[in-house]
Amino acid sequence: MIINHPLLGPRDAQEFTYLGDASLINRPDWTADDAGHQFYEYQYLRDNPAGEHRELWFHEQGDRSWLVVTRDTRTHIITNVELAPEFARKAGRSK
Amino acid sequence: MTQQNRLSGGLIDRSQPISFRFDGKTFQGFQGDTLASALLANDVRLMGRSFKYHRPRGVFTAGSEEPNALVELRSGARQEPNTRATVTELYEGLVAKSQNRWPSLALDIMGVNDLLSPFLSAGFYYKTFMWPKSFWEKIYEPIIRNAAGLGRLSKQADPDVYDKGFLHCDLLVVGSGPAGLAAALTAARAGASILLADEDFVAGGRLNAESFTLGDNTARQWVSETVEELSNLPNVRIMTRTSVIGAFDHGVYGAVERVSDHLAVPAQDKPRQILWRIYAKRTLLCAGATERSIGFANNDRPGIMLAGALRTYVNRWAVTPGQSVALFTNNDDGLRTATDLISNGVNVAAIVDTRPQGTPVQSTKHLFGAQIINTKGHLGLESIEVRTANGSTETIACTALGVSGGWNPNVHLTCHHRGRPAWDDTIASFVPDECPPGMSVAGAANGEMTTAAALTSGANSAVKALAELEISAKPADLPLAEDAPVKLTAFWHVQGGKGRAWLDLQNDVTVKDIALAHQENFRSVEHLKRYTTLGMATDQGKTSNVPALAVMAELCGKTIPETGTTIFRPPYTPVSMGVMAGRSRGRDFRPTRHTPSHKWAEERGAAFVETGMWLRAQWFAQPGETHWRESVDREVLATRKSVGVCDVTTLGKIDVQGTDSATFLNRIYCNGFAKLPVGKVRYGLMLREDGIAMDDGTTARLSENHFVMTTTTANAVGVFRHMEFCRQCLWPDMDVQLISTTEAWAQYAIAGPNARKLLRKIVDPEFDVSNEAFPFMACGDIKVCGGLRARLFRISFSGELAFELAVPTRYGDSLMRVLMEAGREFDVVAYGTEALGVMRIEKGHAAGNELNGTTTADNLGMGRMVSAKKDSIGATLSRREGLSRDDALKLVGFKPVDKTHALNAGAHFIASGNPTDAAHDEGYMTSVAYSPGLGHYIGLGYIKEGSKRLGETVRAVNPVADTNVDVEIVSPHFVDPDGERLRA
Amino acid sequence: MRYSGFRIIKEALTGHKGWEKAWRNPEPKPDYDFIVIGGGGHGLATAYYLAKEFGQSRIAVLEKGWIGGGNVGRNTTIVRSNYMLDGNEPFYEFSLKLWEGLEQDFNYNAMISQRGIINLYHSDPQRDAFTRRANAMLLNGADAELLNAAQLQKMCPFLDFDNARFPIKGGLLQRRGGTVRHDAVAWGYARGADLRGVDIIQNCEVTGFRITNGRVEGVETTRGYIGAKKIGCAVAGSSGRLMAGAGMRLPIESHVLQAFVSEGLKPVIPGVITFGAGHFYVSQSDKGGLVFGGDIDGYNTYAQRGNLPVVEDVCEGGMAIMPMIGRARLLRMWGGLMDMSMDGSPIIDKTPVDGLFFNGGWCYGGFKATPASGWCFAHLLATDKPHETATAYRFDRFEKGLMIDEKGVGAQPNLH
Repeated sequence: MIINHPLLGPRDAQEFTYLGDASLINRPDWTADDAGHQFYEYQYLRDNPAGEHRELWFHEQGDRSWLVVTRDTRTHIITNVELAPEFARKAGRSK
Repeated sequence: MTQQNRLSGGLIDRSQPISFRFDGKTFQGFQGDTLASALLANDVRLMGRSFKYHRPRGVFTAGSEEPNALVELRSGARQEPNTRATVTELYEGLVAKSQNRWPSLALDIMGVNDLLSPFLSAGFYYKTFMWPKSFWEKIYEPIIRNAAGLGRLSKQADPDVYDKGFLHCDLLVVGSGPAGLAAALTAARAGASILLADEDFVAGGRLNAESFTLGDNTARQWVSETVEELSNLPNVRIMTRTSVIGAFDHGVYGAVERVSDHLAVPAQDKPRQILWRIYAKRTLLCAGATERSIGFANNDRPGIMLAGALRTYVNRWAVTPGQSVALFTNNDDGLRTATDLISNGVNVAAIVDTRPQGTPVQSTKHLFGAQIINTKGHLGLESIEVRTANGSTETIACTALGVSGGWNPNVHLTCHHRGRPAWDDTIASFVPDECPPGMSVAGAANGEMTTAAALTSGANSAVKALAELEISAKPADLPLAEDAPVKLTAFWHVQGGKGRAWLDLQNDVTVKDIALAHQENFRSVEHLKRYTTLGMATDQGKTSNVPALAVMAELCGKTIPETGTTIFRPPYTPVSMGVMAGRSRGRDFRPTRHTPSHKWAEERGAAFVETGMWLRAQWFAQPGETHWRESVDREVLATRKSVGVCDVTTLGKIDVQGTDSATFLNRIYCNGFAKLPVGKVRYGLMLREDGIAMDDGTTARLSENHFVMTTTTANAVGVFRHMEFCRQCLWPDMDVQLISTTEAWAQYAIAGPNARKLLRKIVDPEFDVSNEAFPFMACGDIKVCGGLRARLFRISFSGELAFELAVPTRYGDSLMRVLMEAGREFDVVAYGTEALGVMRIEKGHAAGNELNGTTTADNLGMGRMVSAKKDSIGATLSRREGLSRDDALKLVGFKPVDKTHALNAGAHFIASGNPTDAAHDEGYMTSVAYSPGLGHYIGLGYIKEGSKRLGETVRAVNPVADTNVDVEIVSPHFVDPDGERLRA
Repeated sequence: MRYSGFRIIKEALTGHKGWEKAWRNPEPKPDYDFIVIGGGGHGLATAYYLAKEFGQSRIAVLEKGWIGGGNVGRNTTIVRSNYMLDGNEPFYEFSLKLWEGLEQDFNYNAMISQRGIINLYHSDPQRDAFTRRANAMLLNGADAELLNAAQLQKMCPFLDFDNARFPIKGGLLQRRGGTVRHDAVAWGYARGADLRGVDIIQNCEVTGFRITNGRVEGVETTRGYIGAKKIGCAVAGSSGRLMAGAGMRLPIESHVLQAFVSEGLKPVIPGVITFGAGHFYVSQSDKGGLVFGGDIDGYNTYAQRGNLPVVEDVCEGGMAIMPMIGRARLLRMWGGLMDMSMDGSPIIDKTPVDGLFFNGGWCYGGFKATPASGWCFAHLLATDKPHETATAYRFDRFEKGLMIDEKGVGAQPNLH
């Protein structure tokens, strides 16, 4: 596979390390009343779609960027790649 | 007489005769021959035995789809089993043996299987060999295993070198037949970067095998001119002997180039083969087509081959497989073989044409509406029995028979993304349908079966593919070529024949086997394949799949596309394991990382141990020490008595900078870091988000916004990745920057009561390292050896007064030498990982065996470190009920009740008096060591409620070694439990 | 019809006219007591044991394609019970014992071959971990031996003892481990179930569940609605897709594992060998092919095919321990979809929907589990209670913190 890195251009996926669903960005608030349950769902449950999947790849053999890649799990076709911090900020994450 | 079957002409160099050996007998051939063509030239028809029935077999094809003519090529460590004679280029001194026979090819005892064939029907083994139960492994299976298999491996290490390479191109053209050459020419003239790959050793594909003309010239002349033009263009790379084996995601293709297989041994410094990973913007598949056979009784005898292959031998290699040849065809292409034979002066005994009528081939016996119903000849074809249109039978003597059941487009690569081909009635075969993105197909591979159509579609497809890349091209001007329509009437197998009619030659699958599979309801294509083993042989069913599918369709009363197709998977042809591994083998399997003191340690004869990719000094044997324990005990005692030095560079080091660094670390570690003062080090425990301990280490605050973290050696990479995840994905607005400095700093532990004295000798005088100025857990930037910048940390893994001193890596070797020289007056020792391990166990520090990915802070006895007052990774989930049970495992120490007993890591704990079984298993020993100071073994381990059970005696059972030792549960701090030494 | 050597002789002499269908092709009935979704190894075994061991009838197996077409037909055929943790070892040992009597039980030769499985170790910490594991196996009544390098060299002289990047120090041997002819397992169970009245319905894809008031009543399929009192799902690889239809999110990701076979060779490898410092395991089939594999590709996928880097990585592992295989040829490679769970261990449990049961999350260890998985799932379906060896395989273990993590890598499926 080839991942089109937003900063570096097309790179072989072999340079990257895969983590999983980009929902791992949505870490729950530890002070919530049901924080335990929220963290359980966050950590363990997955949509695991057969189709478009937003997922986290780490450019371990490269510039160490975390990327959010949108890829179809049936065809492996990649339709979007963005830097994880930008994606995370859009998802409301800050400090 | 030698080469009695050699004709005139051909693409062989008669000025270069080659001698070679097959089954111990010497033969002659010419440069340009394959092993198969040279054997046929010498009238050798018998070349192999089939897998199951050990039927005598000869060459069936002229290419990589060969099911029969498999040999053991070369000898010694280079012996290569199952090598297809049809693609083995002849070289001087070639040695080949037939395989899967005993004692000889002509007399094979296992040929008895053929007589027993009624009992060996498809899948018979699933129905028997079950009684008595023990006989399967002891009797039946060994017999079956020895009878099965084909060729033999040498059982020696492969002596050749393999390489890997990466190539990029605008257009990858797979196949250099008429379509491929026309495409390459078109694209090359447009300036696109082209890779033209062909598995054959000469370009031209089918054009090398035909006698017809292209324009005013022979086909061969056009090929030569085209190849020459392409070769002279800088934007074209022609790769012969290169098989494109697989289509992977995003335009990545795997290809294997056989660099040296046409030589006796590879030239010096040359690899045998290269695996290319090709990144192609567009790919044009011009892989041609493969002929298929027809099922009829005893259609497997040596001398029977595909008609197109027979023609290839005649035209390309100037060889006729026999002096009297018959043909069996359902299409006009089969007739071309007859005319080419006749024009070469070979007797064509008969053409058996299944079609009811047509234009007869002149000057031969052309029987329309006829079928072959049997053949004769044990080790080679002698005659065929023909049923003519009027129902009469006739025996015709012949020593070779060409069979054509039509041609199947080579759609394989189009299916590698699991796309299925579509059925085309005009050629009665599957043609490409859904292709991987970026791939298109031209020529016979696309079902365009005439030379004219192949040329045109090649050129036009190239124009189209380049247009997608915004490169404008115009079709190359092409010569006038034959455009004869495919006149084929589908005919799959002869009905009412008496014997078995083979479909899969190598695996011995016959029409009857398909019928049995149908009868037993193994009707889906996948069931059919798996039950009968159809298409599972080394030829991957290239010549057999479609005819077998046709037979099943007929039995089911369905059409072929309704019955199904099978998906082709990589590799297109079998490839050596060696080339897939490349140079990553032996000591080069993975990189080796050396510590800064490696050379020094080597000079001292250190024993080394793998720690991940690192090689670390394990111990330093002194003269006279014969057992590793002597060395390790000495290193421990000397360190605890005076001072020792250990290279701890392999520990991960992460530089953390930025105004939010303290906040960041406070969330990474479960214990508090926000208020760590500048100039201080703190032990930190890091949890995974699931609450399990991930790693531990120390982090030093060098300045307000600058921290240096250490990780364990094993987790250095993973911890860094995790911290980058937290920084970039969870808290993107934090002002924190991370960089791994593991390789930037050489770091040494200097431990023992005289550590400070040793240190003082090398630390520049303006830096005060006294206990008052630089107490336990202090850190700072200093200078050593007269101005060399360094970092000093007062931390201790051994439990002694200890420092860790870091200098830029390029000074690491020197620093080791300086320390050892300066320490001479204190009898300094270097200690390795074993002594390090002994001392950390004596001190009760957890390491990899304890931080095994399933243990919590609570298990480690550090439950109270997990702060409830702040958010940190893993804190919330660490509080789940299953991770905070009252009877949880606790890390404690163990010592043998009888001090002479040894302990074993991996032993399980059973309470005294309880039976030795899983129900009473209470934990396990993680680490053990012989403590030279205490004079007995000690251990660390997890046991239920361990911290409440100090003083209790339990059994450490180790049934795998049949040992059982009574041990006392003790504090894990065997040495200096109050920490007086490390604060000294 | 009973299979035997005598039957083969009789049929051979009478033109093989008497062989019956291995299983029927029944039309689906309007409703059943039990529907098992998934005609793979686990689904077929479940139906077989429901009928044979738990005395149930009115059972159907629904398969979207052809039976045995999932992972039972595309694995590397290894059976073993060399697990370490309490939640796993009794279950896998139960499975191995069932394998040992399976052929006689279902009257089909699945070529169960206990030629042994060796896990190589290359360092002292690995040896310690294998010691712990071997002891756990022995305490659970399984067999285990630790071999040193000399013992290993006698057994496998072809391993690279002299020039290896990671020297081979020894191995954990389970002699009762081995291989099984994988397709035959599916066919044997199918035939055995069919003989006991189970309807095996191929080309029948479940497209949804009919759930009323929290209770499942039946399934919508490509061949119409079929009612059932209890429904068991055993579709590992596609679990996420199927269970989404019941409104469930699972602690599972779908990944691809590639597997490989070489051309047929005369015997060179005695049993199963697993490389401890790379990603490679290999055995030799009765037909002579080296059957081998390594790591999963590592990204979520439903594409049932992998990529080149892992192919290379696997072959590198092979060449690293057995440099004699350089001149053997890789014949075929393929991919299977894995239910990669969050702790590397499976789930056999009820779901929040009454009457709907789940079996999945087998990662790439499902094949060896086939008999016990079928037995335990049948037990759960028939009795509503987990079998004693499968009590740990619950959905709620993740929320409760009772993970069964053999590898100790945590909630990251692609690392298990």
